[in-house]
Amino acid sequence: MPSNDERWLDAEAGPVVRPYALTQGRTRHTGESFDLVATVMATRMFADPGSLAPEHISVLQLARIPTTVADIASDVDLPLGVVRIILADLRELGLVVISTPVVLAERVDKHTLREVLNGLRGL
Amino acid sequence: MDYGVSDSAGGHPKSSAQYRAIKILLAGGFGVGKTTLVGAVSEIRPLRTEEPLTEGSLRTDSTAGVEGKTTTTVAMDFGRISLRSDLVLYLFGTPGQQRFWFMWDELAIGALGAVVLADTRRLADSFPAIDYFERRQIPFIVALNCFDGSRRYDTEDVRLALDLDPDMPIILCDARSKDSAKEVLITLVEHVLVTASEEPLSGIA
Repeated sequence: MPSNDERWLDAEAGPVVRPYALTQGRTRHTGESFDLVATVMATRMFADPGSLAPEHISVLQLARIPTTVADIASDVDLPLGVVRIILADLRELGLVVISTPVVLAERVDKHTLREVLNGLRGL
Repeated sequence: MDYGVSDSAGGHPKSSAQYRAIKILLAGGFGVGKTTLVGAVSEIRPLRTEEPLTEGSLRTDSTAGVEGKTTTTVAMDFGRISLRSDLVLYLFGTPGQQRFWFMWDELAIGALGAVVLADTRRLADSFPAIDYFERRQIPFIVALNCFDGSRRYDTEDVRLALDLDPDMPIILCDARSKDSAKEVLITLVEHVLVTASEEPLSGIA
């Protein structure tokens, strides 16, 4: 019995399911746009997971603790654009809240900058 | 003067608003050591993203049924450094090749600052990145990756060659070394702090 890690097709063959098939061909998400380091957090566990696609459930599970869009995309190993669409779907269903990071260059707060410096020095 | 009510005064609500993610960009020409530097100081994470399909690939790739599809997948990495449980630093290497420039705008929004990593043997490769950050007024520093066999230039010669302001930090680094990569990031954050002290912050009275 081959293990689950073994695949007949390697990466060169391309994905078995075209990524945008997961989004019904949509390449743009709905609603307000969000940053790569915007924080996603699940609002509550979904009562009827059966009505969600497996990828939506995976993303929702990762967002049980505050997680960035970039980290979610890396963890689910789907293209960023696909993850954005899934996140926007979940937001529309009220299952996640997506917040823009507090620390943006244009309203940088010095206290945070000093925390960053101390953190870096302590690495 | 900040008139806002401080959240932390009333305890520590467990919300995503308290999770702070900071974004730093790492730019520079192809093969200058961006991924090496990210890997020296952080946990590297793969990220798949999209590139617009060119007219050539639109002819060869069948888009029947998915006419909305205008992109194809490309891979990039980013680094993640947990500074505190609620404060995480993200390092994004901006792809050097010109065909990936569409991604810069997305990466640059909300970035705290940028490091332009340069190789003294190919200084001209860093011009586009310097132009980009200057135009968008994103604070940045220049780090010269000292490759084996590359001539050691005086940083002031490099400043002249790159036409940089006298107060712009230029440092020598070894992208493979954790301490050196740390020093690069510390230099950038210190520069951001100085820049922030000089200019009144927009949006705050």
